[in-house]
Amino acid sequence: MATKELVARTGNEAMAEAMRQINPDVVAAYPITPATEIVQLFSAYVADGLVDTEFVTVESEHSAMSACVGASTAGARVMTGTSSQGLILMAEILYIAAGLRCPIVLAEVNRALSSPINIHCDHSDTMSVRDSGWIQIFSENSQEAYDNMIQAVRIAEHMDVRLPVMVTTDGFIISHGLEAISLLEDKEVQDFIGPYKAAYSLLDVEKPITVGGLDFTDFYFEHRRQTAEAMQNAKKVILDVGREFGEKFGRSYGFFEGYKLEDAEIALVLLGSTAGTARVAVDQLRAAGVKCGLLKLRVFRPFPAAELAEALKHLKAIAVMDRSDSLSTAGGPLFTDVRSALYDLPERPAIVNYIYGLGGRDITVEDLEGIYRELQRISGGGQVQETIQYLGVRE
Amino acid sequence: MTAHNFETSATNTWCPGCGNFPLLNAVKTVLKELSEGESPTRPENLVMVAGIGCHGKIADYLNINSFYSIHGRVLPVATGIKLANPDLEVIGFAGDGDAYGEGLEHLIFAAKRNVDITVIVHNNRVYSLTTGQFSPTSPPGFPGRSTPAGSPEVPLNPLELLLASGATFLARGFSSQPEQMKEIIREAINHRGFALVDILQVCVTFYNLHKYYAERVYTVEDHDPGDYFQALQKIREWDYGASSGGEEQEKIPLGILYKKEAPTFGQRLSAGGGGSKSATPADREALIEKILANNI
Repeated sequence: MATKELVARTGNEAMAEAMRQINPDVVAAYPITPATEIVQLFSAYVADGLVDTEFVTVESEHSAMSACVGASTAGARVMTGTSSQGLILMAEILYIAAGLRCPIVLAEVNRALSSPINIHCDHSDTMSVRDSGWIQIFSENSQEAYDNMIQAVRIAEHMDVRLPVMVTTDGFIISHGLEAISLLEDKEVQDFIGPYKAAYSLLDVEKPITVGGLDFTDFYFEHRRQTAEAMQNAKKVILDVGREFGEKFGRSYGFFEGYKLEDAEIALVLLGSTAGTARVAVDQLRAAGVKCGLLKLRVFRPFPAAELAEALKHLKAIAVMDRSDSLSTAGGPLFTDVRSALYDLPERPAIVNYIYGLGGRDITVEDLEGIYRELQRISGGGQVQETIQYLGVRE
Repeated sequence: MTAHNFETSATNTWCPGCGNFPLLNAVKTVLKELSEGESPTRPENLVMVAGIGCHGKIADYLNINSFYSIHGRVLPVATGIKLANPDLEVIGFAGDGDAYGEGLEHLIFAAKRNVDITVIVHNNRVYSLTTGQFSPTSPPGFPGRSTPAGSPEVPLNPLELLLASGATFLARGFSSQPEQMKEIIREAINHRGFALVDILQVCVTFYNLHKYYAERVYTVEDHDPGDYFQALQKIREWDYGASSGGEEQEKIPLGILYKKEAPTFGQRLSAGGGGSKSATPADREALIEKILANNI
């Protein structure tokens, strides 16, 4: 097992380092705050001859993902990085990457969407493409971002999956926050991911193929069903890869991570960097005798509904924290999925939703303690007054 | 009537020495003249559209109606505003990465349609807001932060492209020559049709070309901007370093390089029956009054 000395890395640096060690065949990207640095650092590795990658600088994110799809269908191992408007400009091609079963890995830095324009963190960008057929893995910190990037390659390229994966960090909070992390040796990374073997390649003139052919009423539905099956298969692969990563390197990963959850009566469910803040709130309230816990969801797509229901069924009250708003009036995207996952439980916990931190609005330990206090009130028999609330917004 | 104040209270965050300052001042001077002349343009009839990039912050620094759009999309927004109300003076501000890169197709179509708007491109030939990557007009070998071994691409000559696309006014200015910038911008705004002003705007932080330009620029003389082939020749005289890589002692012509009268998109739409039925300014005023009467 590798236990390395700790080094200081921002989330962007950690992701770029993982990309260097993965050494993909092709990277195509366009600059956008706060993700620019990932690919920019990588471009230096290319220039310094530290990787064998063909690095393609393009004229837009739409072109970046298009180039990635082209390279992937040619048989290359492909990576890119983006954020916010860049991700949603890619949206058309994100669906195509998934539909064509291109195992591309994308480093995505979560950032708010226009309008109004804002460069700070929320999850609106990633959530907006949650149904594109991409596997979505959230990170709490630089270490997880690094580890997730390496696992993403294995997950994406597994023959039962062959789907693209986006690994996300939270804009500026993780992307630009310096943390002590442990890196693997280059060889360890290479041994873990193994060589890429394309199922088909446009470069193989002996076995010509058509990519993106017209697919009408005859087979389109079956192909979409196959993609759904691949997403289903991804669930096992994600767990297997997370377990193997832990066995080899000492840091195991699953769909989610509970913190003082087993004996808790109330809990928060959330994604990304806010988990660190929530742990402090849990510790402080536990010291005061409150039986509270936390569930940090790591894998949002595929959505581990049954596993979440199992992990949350003993709770009396849950607050789901959404760092984006679906604007559906029925709650944020995490909330609606979690609530749906709990529907078949014979006894369902009370559940509320907080939309928080949009456009980088800070979230504090006190904010989260306030939510736990509200959950305490509800679990003690109090009525849910408002199912969906906007945390700390001026109204 | 008190004179309109074009200043805003926003703190300017451009780098000290940025070529955007003289450009902003030139624009302010011209707009002030326009609003105070013999047949003044009402300040409320001035609209700017900005893209994303360092230039985009101009939306905060110029006190006129503004639409801060997204990266690359200045032209569709400006076109829509002009078509909705042809009485407005619409000025688009864009960057080179913005208008010549991600939004290039919009620029070509605005020129092709001869939409009666003015576009001022802050062409610093680098992506500055994202801290120094090569742009569509960076010279070959440019050691940008995404191309440390040098850009593998040759720059495009935006003026040549837009001449071929049907633009009816093309000019080039230099941010260190404010008087000429004012003249060009004044003419561009007064031009009826699609006007593009390519300003060689010096980015002091990521690509300081002040000295390079100062040694090479000259103002065109004995040039007939109405002659397409003369214009083409002048426009091709400098190819943004595409062939020379910027090493040679090339000369960079500045001034109005092409100017031609042609029906605007609005005129064609009206003539074809597809445009606004409110043909006169008075009709449009009445229509706007009607629309505004329904506002909250």
